[in-house]
Parts: sequence; structure tokens; C-alpha cells
Amino acid sequence: MKKLFVPVAAITALMFAYAPIAIANAPYESTMRLVQKIFYFHFPAWMALTVSVTICTVASALYLFKGWAKADRIAVAAAEVTVIFGLFGLVSGSLWGRKAWGVWWQWDARLTMAFLLELIFFGYILVRNYGGPGAEKLAAAMGIFGGATAPFVYKSVDWWRTVHPKTSVMTTLGETSPEMWFVVWFCTFTILLFMGLLLAARIRLEEQRAALDELYLAAED
Amino acid sequence: MRFFRVALLVLKKDFAIELKSYEILSTTLFFAVSCVAIFSFAFVKDGQAPVDAAAGILWIAIAFSGTLALGRTFERERYGETLKALLLAPAPRPAIYLGKLLGIVTLLFATEIIVVPMVAFLFSAPFFERPLLLVALLGLGTVGYAAVGTLFAAMLVRARTRDVMLPILLYPITIPVIIAGVRGTSALLASPVDEPVAMLWIGLLSFFDVVFVTLSLWTFEPLMTE
Amino acid sequence: MTFDFDRVELTDLSRHFGRRKAVARVSLAMHAGDIVGLLGPNGAGKSTLLGMLATLVAPTTGALTYGGKRIGEVGEGIRGRIGVLAHELHLYPELTARQNLEFFARLHGLADVEALVGTALEQANLADRGEDQVSSFSRGMRQRLALERCLLHRPRLVLLDEPFTGLDDRAVRIVADRLKRVAAEGAIVVLATHDLDVADGLITRMAVVRSGRLLCDVAASAGIRQQYRALVESV
Repeated sequence: MKKLFVPVAAITALMFAYAPIAIANAPYESTMRLVQKIFYFHFPAWMALTVSVTICTVASALYLFKGWAKADRIAVAAAEVTVIFGLFGLVSGSLWGRKAWGVWWQWDARLTMAFLLELIFFGYILVRNYGGPGAEKLAAAMGIFGGATAPFVYKSVDWWRTVHPKTSVMTTLGETSPEMWFVVWFCTFTILLFMGLLLAARIRLEEQRAALDELYLAAED
Repeated sequence: MRFFRVALLVLKKDFAIELKSYEILSTTLFFAVSCVAIFSFAFVKDGQAPVDAAAGILWIAIAFSGTLALGRTFERERYGETLKALLLAPAPRPAIYLGKLLGIVTLLFATEIIVVPMVAFLFSAPFFERPLLLVALLGLGTVGYAAVGTLFAAMLVRARTRDVMLPILLYPITIPVIIAGVRGTSALLASPVDEPVAMLWIGLLSFFDVVFVTLSLWTFEPLMTE
Repeated sequence: MTFDFDRVELTDLSRHFGRRKAVARVSLAMHAGDIVGLLGPNGAGKSTLLGMLATLVAPTTGALTYGGKRIGEVGEGIRGRIGVLAHELHLYPELTARQNLEFFARLHGLADVEALVGTALEQANLADRGEDQVSSFSRGMRQRLALERCLLHRPRLVLLDEPFTGLDDRAVRIVADRLKRVAAEGAIVVLATHDLDVADGLITRMAVVRSGRLLCDVAASAGIRQQYRALVESV
């Protein structure tokens, strides 16, 4: 894992460097034109959020039921990454909404779910830090329940009100313009790689903390 | 069989304690009533409340007083560390969770019996057009909320910041319950009564309840072991 | 149906909380009839050790076996053979003494609850206070009631954390005699205490812990205080 870090970081940096070019060259969308290009930030952030939530939920379950310390480390890293990319998604979504629909916030299924996931995983971090001894387990419960409630939140807000362009955005993109499709997936892949790097770095931090604890414990023997 | 017997035993014990002083019931009830009062003052203008205010205020009052009731119930188990004694019983630990859940649900139902007519009265809202649907909605919503709440309150018993952490953790997770409850209740208050919509939300709540009661039963044991 | 055992073995048992070692590689074997005195200064790890024996705290490393079987193999039934008296007493202050005992008796699935509870109240010398709320009891009375609660189901392993707190001299002697009888009937009694004078003459083995580590595990002879001092001060 460690050996891959630098090459992947280099590749990611290059992809980030190229991304603005790709975005600038992508064709304008008919109704929203330049503003639509925020989608190239928003959608990848959303994808990263979904992936990190899934990772956190699964890792939390593995930690709680199997007691694997590695799972706990992955869970906390994923929770922090969720909060970061959630914030990114919320800000980009809000900005896009302002330009596209005229309001800073719309209570549609996706934005609201992102908002709630942000709250939930921020709660994960809070309970981990302020939960007292054994807080890792409490946080794991939060991770599991948070992941489990996400589809319910989505469905209930969806039925409550729907303004957000539906998944049809993706398919219409494919139909209308293959260049757009390429840029979207390029940006998504870049952000996902970036997310992977962040996760790896954060997990490594936890591993080193654990190693330090082990050394302390061994020193006393 | 032992599972349910232990759960009922815990429930009966909680009743026995509560019946001595009615402390939790009366304070939770009064809190719910003052919640409704405050929100009413906030929303009523020119003697009229916005159309869906009644449903929203009802569910907020349930959620807030639920948090209070949860905290107080587990505070009782913290004193004398009796929760540990319960965990030491030769019974499946999820049975303890179930017993506690039933107690909280009963407490909240007792609160709702007062608060629902009160809201109906203050807002002239026709809550009782479809009593069975209303009962289903309230029942399923309360159970879903309490299921997650009981688990979280139990796991936070040892944490120092438990009082403030419970709402922070509980509310985002139970948002689907609140949405379903409010929208379902609004559908029942509409004229004519929007039955299909209410049924839709009842469906969602049923599914939520099944998932989260199961999840809670499953995670209770690992969470209670240090 | 309920699993029973006649010995408890700890092998290299440890429990860490982050960087803090609460219990460090403790190895101990206990048999029916033993009254093991767990002695040591505050913070030595006695409570954590008792917690692990009670199955409330999971060990980080090492093995803890009841009659050669680990907790995972035996299942929850084993808790029916363990009795715990902790510092916090585990009593509901709003309930009466009788109601407390009845609840725990039923929780443990015991038969003939009323007779059992009646006997227990007598042995705690609280027969006339059975219908009074526990909140009205003094510390000593609560202690006696809590001890009876812990022994109600005739456990094989009895774990006591400072059981003599708040007891007057006569009560101390009664409790000590009770524990001797319980051990004679085949129980394993583990007693964590500071009170060396009481321990003297009661315990059959002395296990001294400090900083999570087991300093010694010897048969107790007369004059525990000297033995204890010699050990704790010398190491």
C-alpha cells in the first residue's frame, strides 16, 4: 500500500492538472451553459460521498461484530472523508441551485440526504471524541445506523418533494454528448483517486497511533 | 420463550418503579404540553395556524419529549449501576433491550393520548376522521423512533456527555420517521382525507420499524460489552 | 442444562484501554472452596479483573476459562452461575427490598421465588424491613441486601468488590461467616478489599495486584498485613 501512494499521488496530481482543461473544453449544455459545468465538481463529490459512506458503514459493522481493529481505523477515516466530501457536495450543490433555480437551498432528495449524512457522520466524529472510554464502539453504531437510514432518508425526502433533476441527467448526458460523458467520468475518477489517497493517509495515521500505543504497552513489560 | 419473559419482567419492573412516583410520566407529559404551547405561539398568526402546523407540532413534541423520556429512563438504570446487573442475568441481552423499548413506547403512547387531543383542540384539526390510520401512524412512528432511541440511550449510559449526545445522534437517524409521521398526519388532516398517501407513509414506517428494531436487537449485545 | 464448573483459570489475561494497561498478563487458577483475597492499592486493576471474571469486560489478550471452557463456548447460561457484588450495589432505590430481590430472582429464572426471598431477607437481617423502600436504608443495610441479592441464585463464582464497606463489626462477622459457608459448599469466592484485618482469617489465598500486574499468589497464613506490606513494599 505504501509503495503505491507516491505514484498514485503523482497520477492524481496530473489528473487534477488536466481536469480544468477537460472541463473548459467540454461542450456547453443547452439550457444552463457555463453554470452547468459545476456538475463536474458536484457529481464526483456526490460519488465520493456515497462510496465513503458505504465504506464507513461496512467497516463499522465489521468492527462492532468482529472486533477487527483495522476495520475501526478504516471506519474513522471514511467518516472524516464523508464529512469533507459532503461539505464539498453541499456547497457545490447549493451554488448550482442558486444559479439554476434561483434559491440557495432546495429540499430535494439528494441535497437533503447529503445534508443528513453530513450531520450523521459529523455526529460520528463527535461521539468518537466526546463519548468517553469505549467510544469507538458507539461511533461504530452510529456508522451502521447512519448507513442504514440513508436509503430511508432518500426515499422519504423524495416522496416529500422532488425538484432535483433525477438520474435522467446521467442518461441524457450519454445521449446528448459523449464528450460530456467522458469529462464527467474523468473528474469522478480523479476525485475518487483523491479520496483513496486521503483515506490511505488517514488510515496510516491511525495505524501509527496504534503502533505507538503498542510500544507504550510493550515498554512497561 | 425465556426471551419474552425476561423482556416482560423488565417492563413490569419499570412500571413498578414508575407507578411509585409517576415522575417520568408526569414530567414528560408536561414537557410535551409546553412544547406544543411554545410552537403554537410561534406559528399562530391572526388566530390562525398554517395548514400543516398541527401535524408538525405534534411530531416535534413527540420527538423532543421522547429524548427526555429516554434520558431519564436510562438515568434510573445508571444510578446503582443496575444496567450492569441486568446484563449479568442469564438471559439473552437483546431481551433487556426489548423490555426497555416496550417501556419507552408505553410512556410515549401515554403522552400521545394527552397531546394528540390537545393539538386537535388548539388547531381545530380533524384528527379523528380516520382513527385507525392515525393510530397506525402514531404507533409505527413511535416504535421506530423509540427503537433507535433506546439503543442509543443505552449505549450512551457510560458516556459523560450523554445528555447532549443523545439528540445529536438520534435526530438525524430518525428523520425518515419524522417526515413520514408529519406527512402522513397531514394527509389525514386534509379534506378530503388523502388515504393513499397516508398508506404510503404507513408502509415506509413499517419497513423502517422492521429494519431498525432488527438492527438494534442485533447490535445491542456487542455495544453493551466493554 | 445450566453449565457448571469447579475451577476458573486465567492465563496471561490482559486488558488495555488505549495506552493504559489496566490488567497486565495475570495468570491465576482458582478452585471450588477457595476464598481468594484480591488485594492491592487503588487503581491496581482489581475492579477490571472482577469485571472480566463477571463477563462484563472483554479481555484484550489472554484466556479466561470456566471449567476449561471459554465464555464463547458456554454461552449466556454461565451468567447464572456467577454472582457479583460491586461498589454500586445494583439495587433499585424506588423499589422495596422484597421487590428488588423478587425481580432479580425472577430475572435469573429461579423457582419458588417467595420462599427464597424470605430466606434471603432473614439472612440479611432485614426481615422486618422487607416492605420498605431501599432509598430509606442506610449504607450498611443496603450492603447486606446487595450481598443477599448476589447470592440468591447460589452462584458457583462469587465476585465481591469491597463487600465490607459500611458494615459494623457484628455485620462484618456475619458476612464473613456467610462467605465461609458459601465457599465450604463449593463456591469460588473472589474478594477485592482494602480491609486487611477482615481479610485476615477469612481468605484462604492472597493475590496481590499492583499496576495491573499480579505480584504474588500464595496461601494466606496468619498475619496477612505483614505479608502484604512485605510484598507491596519490596517489589
